[in-house]
Amino acid sequence: MPMIEAEGLTKTYRVYQKKDGLFGALRGLFHREYKDIKAVENVSFTIEPGEIVGFLGPNGAGKTTTLKMLSGLIYPSSGAASVLGFVPWQREDAFRRRFALVMGQKNQLWWDLPAADSFQLHREIYSLPTDQFERTLGELTDLFGVKELTRQPVRELSLGERMKMELIAALLHQPQLLLLDEPTIGLDVVAQVTIQKCLRAYNETRGVTILLTSHYMRDVEALCKRVLIITQGKLVYDGPLTGITERFGQEKLVKLQFETAEAPADLSSFGHEVSREGPVVELKIDRSKIAEVLAVLLDRHAIADVSIHDPPLDQMIARVFEQGGVAS
Amino acid sequence: MRKYLRIMRIALVERLAYRADFFLTTFFRFLPLVTTFLLWEAVYRGSGQQEIAGFSRDTMIAYLLLVQISRMFSSMPGLGTGIARDIRDGNLKKYLLQPIDMLWYLLSYRGAHKIAYIATTALPYAILFYCFHEVFDPMPGPWVWLAYVVSLILSFLIGFFFEAAVGIVGFWFLEVTSLMYIIGILNYFISGQMFPLDLLDPRIKFVLDLLPFQYLAYFPAMVFLEKITGRELALGLLVELTWVVAFIVFTRWLYARGLRHYSAFGG
Repeated sequence: MPMIEAEGLTKTYRVYQKKDGLFGALRGLFHREYKDIKAVENVSFTIEPGEIVGFLGPNGAGKTTTLKMLSGLIYPSSGAASVLGFVPWQREDAFRRRFALVMGQKNQLWWDLPAADSFQLHREIYSLPTDQFERTLGELTDLFGVKELTRQPVRELSLGERMKMELIAALLHQPQLLLLDEPTIGLDVVAQVTIQKCLRAYNETRGVTILLTSHYMRDVEALCKRVLIITQGKLVYDGPLTGITERFGQEKLVKLQFETAEAPADLSSFGHEVSREGPVVELKIDRSKIAEVLAVLLDRHAIADVSIHDPPLDQMIARVFEQGGVAS
Repeated sequence: MRKYLRIMRIALVERLAYRADFFLTTFFRFLPLVTTFLLWEAVYRGSGQQEIAGFSRDTMIAYLLLVQISRMFSSMPGLGTGIARDIRDGNLKKYLLQPIDMLWYLLSYRGAHKIAYIATTALPYAILFYCFHEVFDPMPGPWVWLAYVVSLILSFLIGFFFEAAVGIVGFWFLEVTSLMYIIGILNYFISGQMFPLDLLDPRIKFVLDLLPFQYLAYFPAMVFLEKITGRELALGLLVELTWVVAFIVFTRWLYARGLRHYSAFGG
């Protein structure tokens, strides 16, 4: 049975259109105009147990709305979903015991108390047996490397340490599904990498299914084999991370090192010039024309070295976001 | 049930972290009392009467001290605004994501808060009551004490569910602070915290008797002073209990509607 099955999920918000100024505000008291905003439109996908899937999209694309529907916080306007075999928005306790949603910007731990006290509270909320709780807590504090910090008030921890504590709290009841909304937001690179490692290790040992949104391509590249891309409420890509390049990377970066001290002046007929430094020039060239352009270049100029790259993934995804905007 | 009792124990530890704060604020809370006492002193002297509406000077001071105890149980600082803030900021999520009910959780938490508060302020209250011990002569018997404690616990529950209901209104109106403020001012008067309700015009008193607010301050104090006894006392407690049940049912209903609204529009 799939972990998550979403079928035509749609969420329309009705937003009150506020008029400018005092007159507008007064008019709003009597006559209100509403506008329907489609936050998520006809989104369907399936996630199998044990997968780590990245959920990408620009701000306001509908990622969080989708996560909220999958975790049962809001009802869809239409469409259906089955998560762990449950209808999420019925919010059955049996369902709520088996998943966790962690939001990077939200704090769930008691601010003035050590994390250990919040963990105790979680133990009670999820009615976990003591020995199982102690064992899981031991494993998790080991994995995240925060064993000595659990007795320190949460407000004294660094942002990265706090996020680790949040994740531990979310994993104490051994959820089978972990929904993560921006888990590494605001963290430095070291903390990001540690959290990525821990999540991957936890996924490998426990087989937990993870669906995560992130603005950091590093997170996605480190963790996810498969990604979903959503723009303006519509799912525009569902497939392997590597497939994004094939599907959307129409251009390649070609780095040329000429034998002359200075690269030839005008290369614009070959492609878009990205950078130039002495004899080294980087050109952005359409993928279909690479062979042809290179042949001409090699024919006309003395070239010492050539290398061909894909543009950085985050640039490519930014393009996908923009194209999604144009397409709709 | 067991779960919520355990949560209460953990919350108790958390609340005790703030004991110094409780201790200080309690002393300052007594300051306005001094002015009130002096005011009533002047009223009694000026009127030349021994009793006003059946209250002697001593009984009046005893009453004003006792409503402090009533409010110690029934007042819920920050509960309604806290719920409204959780709705607005999205912290409400945790009650929807985790296998826990917001109202029972907050009740356990508030119960723990009250126990911590009473434990840490017992000393200043003991000193205050000792200073005025002659107004409590004679002390009531054990049955009155029992009825008094029951009325206080019920007043805690009425206070809790009433204020929670006002907070839950936050599902529809994002800002409830002004509503809270108006209710707070009104409550100070109609709960009998300002003065015994017997001082009012009988017609107004009759209306206030039909409302639940008197149970937040007036009723428990009157029980302790043995001004409500026998059949009247039994009936009073029964009506108080009925109000508790009514408020639980109403607040739960409102919360369920609020959640439906939230899940459909916000989240």
